[in-house]
Amino acid sequence: MAVAARKTKAPATKAAAKATGKSGSAKGGADKGAVKTLSNMPNFSKAEELHAYREMLLIRRFEEKAGQMYGMGLIGGFCHLYIGQEAVVIGMQMASKEGDQTITGYRDHGHMLACGMESRGVMAELTGRQGGYSRGKGGSMHMFSREKNFYGGHGIVGAQVSLGAGLGFANWYREDGRVSMAYFGDGAANQGQVYESFNMAQLWKLPVVFVIENNRYAMGTSVSRASAQTDFSRRGVSFGIPGEQVDGMDVRAVRAAAERAIEHARTGKGPYILEMQTYRYRGHSMSDPAKYRSKDEVQRMREEHDPIEQVRGRLTREHKVGEDELKAIDAKVREIVNDAAEFATHDPEPDVSELFTDILLETA
Amino acid sequence: MPIEILMPALSPTMEQGKLAKWLKAEGDRVKAGDIIAEIETDKATMEVEAIDEGILAKILIAEGAENVAVNTPIGVITAEGEDASAAGKPAAKPAEPPPAVAGEGPKEAAAPKAESAVANPPATPKSYDASSEFPAGAEIVTMTVREALRDAMAEEMRRDGDVFVMGEEVAEYQGAYKVTQGLLQEFGPKRVIDTPITEHGFAGIGVGAALTGLKPIVEFMTFNFAMQAIDQIINSAAKTLYMSGGQMGCPIVFRGPNGAAARVGAQHSHDYAAWYSNVPGLKVVMPYSASDAKGLLKSAIRDPNPIIFLENEILYGRSFDVPKGDDILVPIGKAKVVRPGTDVTIVSFGIGMTYALAAAEALAKEGIEAEVIDLRTIRPMDIETVIASIQKTHRCVAVEEGFPQSGVTAEIGMKIMEAAFDWLDAPVARVTGKDVPMPYAANLEKLALPNVGEVVAAAKAVCYRA
Repeated sequence: MAVAARKTKAPATKAAAKATGKSGSAKGGADKGAVKTLSNMPNFSKAEELHAYREMLLIRRFEEKAGQMYGMGLIGGFCHLYIGQEAVVIGMQMASKEGDQTITGYRDHGHMLACGMESRGVMAELTGRQGGYSRGKGGSMHMFSREKNFYGGHGIVGAQVSLGAGLGFANWYREDGRVSMAYFGDGAANQGQVYESFNMAQLWKLPVVFVIENNRYAMGTSVSRASAQTDFSRRGVSFGIPGEQVDGMDVRAVRAAAERAIEHARTGKGPYILEMQTYRYRGHSMSDPAKYRSKDEVQRMREEHDPIEQVRGRLTREHKVGEDELKAIDAKVREIVNDAAEFATHDPEPDVSELFTDILLETA
Repeated sequence: MPIEILMPALSPTMEQGKLAKWLKAEGDRVKAGDIIAEIETDKATMEVEAIDEGILAKILIAEGAENVAVNTPIGVITAEGEDASAAGKPAAKPAEPPPAVAGEGPKEAAAPKAESAVANPPATPKSYDASSEFPAGAEIVTMTVREALRDAMAEEMRRDGDVFVMGEEVAEYQGAYKVTQGLLQEFGPKRVIDTPITEHGFAGIGVGAALTGLKPIVEFMTFNFAMQAIDQIINSAAKTLYMSGGQMGCPIVFRGPNGAAARVGAQHSHDYAAWYSNVPGLKVVMPYSASDAKGLLKSAIRDPNPIIFLENEILYGRSFDVPKGDDILVPIGKAKVVRPGTDVTIVSFGIGMTYALAAAEALAKEGIEAEVIDLRTIRPMDIETVIASIQKTHRCVAVEEGFPQSGVTAEIGMKIMEAAFDWLDAPVARVTGKDVPMPYAANLEKLALPNVGEVVAAAKAVCYRA
C-alpha cells in the first residue's frame, strides 16, 4: 500500500485492489471483488514470519554494514544498497523452488543473500578481496553463484532482462520445470530490450517472472518524470503478459503474488509481470545525497511501511513472540554480518596473478 | 519492337543462376505481371515476371540451363505480328564459363567480372591449396563456403543436443543467405529458432541461455545489425567469466556475414573484425576457405567461450576442397601459410585473402615470390606464424577490407614491430579499405575497397622494386 500513498489519498487499498482485479490465475476466489486490507492479506504462519524476519533483517544489517565500510574506504567504486526493499526478494524467494534462477541489476546484495550466498563471500567481494564470490574481480555489481542459481549482478541497466529471459529460454529448452526470476527497476523498465524480451518471452511462452522493483526513483528521476505509463504492471499488456501491482513493502503480499506468477510460468503459460511497489531508504548509490525527495517522505516510509517492522509487529502482537527471542535473532544476524565484515576486512587482496586468469576458459 | 527478357539478379551479389523452368511456351500471349519462368541459385528460387505485354516469341535459353549469367537475354517478347528474329541474336552472347576453381561445382561461383564496375574481389586462384592440413586419407569433396558452414552446424547439432541456432529467418525461410538451409527440417523448431527482428533482445536471450551451459549459435543477418546487440556481446558475453571469477562461462557463437557485399551502402558494409578483436574475453574468427569455415565453425561451437565468427556474403558462393569427416576441426588461433614464398610476406584473413592470393600470382610473374599467410583467427592472433615468415622474407604487407585506423592490419604492424623489428628490411605496409563510409555508386565502392593492384604495389614497395 505504501507506495500507492504517493499517488492517491486512499493508499491502503489501491495496490491490493489492482492485484485482485488482475490476478486471473489467482488461487481461490476468496478475494474476489473484495478490497484487500492488511487484515485479509494471506497470513503467514509463525515459522514463516520468523523466517521472513530473519532473512530481511540479515539484508538490512548487511547493507548497513556495507554502508559503514564504504564510509571507511574499505569498499570502493559504486555501492547500491537495498535497504527498504527487502520484502521484495524475500517474498519472491519464499515462493520459489530449488533450481529456480535469479538475475538482477546492480542493486544486488540483497538478492545474493536471499539466494543463500554466504555473507562472507559477498562482503569480501565488496572489499575486493580474494575470498569474494568473484575473487575480487567483480565488485558490488558483479557477483554470481552457479551453485545457488544466482546469475548476477549486472551493471548495464536492462541487460539482465534479456539475460533473464534467456535463463527462462534454457528452462524451456531443457523442459526442466525451472522458472527464472528477472528483477529490474522502474528505470530499467523503460529500456528497449525489455520489450524485445517481453515479446519473445510471451511468443515462446518462456518460464520467466519479470519482477519490476518500482522504488519510485531511477537514480534521481522520479517515475512520473520518466515514464509515460507509470503503472508498470501494464507494461506487458500489448504482448498479453499478465501483470499485477503488489505492495512490495509487505512480504506476505509479495509471496502471494509471487506464487501466482511462478505457478503461471511453471505451468507453461509464459511470463508474468509483478510490479513491486517499494522504496529505497538510501540514495541511489553511496555518493547520492538524494536531494530529489524530501526527508519527510523517507521518514514516513520508514515509520509507517517498513517491511521488517511490519513483520516484527505481527510477531509480537499475533504470534506472541517475546522481545528476548527477537533480540536473539537480531544478535545472531549481527554476528553473521560482523563476521562477514571482519573477514572482508582482513582477507588478502587477490594474488596479482589473478589479473590474467578467467578471461577465457581452456578449450577441452 | 521486340523486347528481350534478361536473366534477372536475385541479389546484389548474384552473378549467374539456373533457369529452372519456363511457365510459358513460345507463342503464348503474356501480359505484364504474368509469371513466365523460374530461376534459382543455391540460395533462392524466384519467379520472373513479364514486364510487357505481347507474345513470348522466342525462348533463347532452354529450361534447365545452369550458370546463366545475369543480364543474358533468355527470351523475346514481340507485339502481335512482329518478327522476333532481329532480337536476341546479337545480344545472346552465351555467358562465359566461370573461371576454373579447383573442383568447380555448378554453383554460384566467382564470375568473370573482375573488370566490371562491380567491386568484386578476384576469383579464387588455382594456386590456393589447403590440402596440407587435411587429414591423410580423408575423402575430399568440393563445396561452397555456404554449404561448409551449414554442414558444420548440422554435424555439431547431431553431436550435441545443447547446440541450437537462433536468428532472423534461420528456420522457415531457410536462412536469409541460405546458410541454415535444411536445419529446421532435420532438427525441428525447438533447435532452429526464428526470432523477431530484435537483435538486442535475442542476443541477450542467447547469452542468458549460454550462461546456463547451453550452446547457442546466434546468427545475425549481417554483423551490421549486431550493433544493436553489441552491449550484450561485449558487456554480458565477453566479460561475465572474468567478473564471476571464472564461474560463468558463456559458450556461444555469434555468426553471420560481415563486411562489404556489393552495392549495399554504408550501413550494410561495415567490417567489424577490428572492433571485436579489441575485446578481451572474445575470440574472433574470420575464415576464407570452405574447409577453414567448416573446421573453424566446428571448433567455435565446441569452444567454451564466446566466439565472434565473421563470414562474408561474397565468399558464401565460392567453392573449395573440403575434407569429409565429422571430427575434422581447424584450431582457433592458428594461422596458415597458404602459399610459400621467399621475398615478401603478405598476411590477410577472410575476403582479404582474395586480394592477397591474386597479388601473389601477379607478383610471381614479375619474379617476386610472396609468402601468403591466412590469419584465420583475429583474436587470439597467431603472430608467431607471421614472424617466422618475416624472418625468412624480411618484408611484410598486411591486407584487410576494414578501415585503416585502429584496424587489424594496424595491430599486425605493431605486433611485428614489437617482436621482429630487427628482422625487417622495410617498414610494414598495409592495404585496407579506404577511410570513408562505404559508398553506393559502383565506381566509388570499387575505389573504397582494396584491390589487387594496391597489394602488388605495396609488395613491390617493401621490396624496393619499381
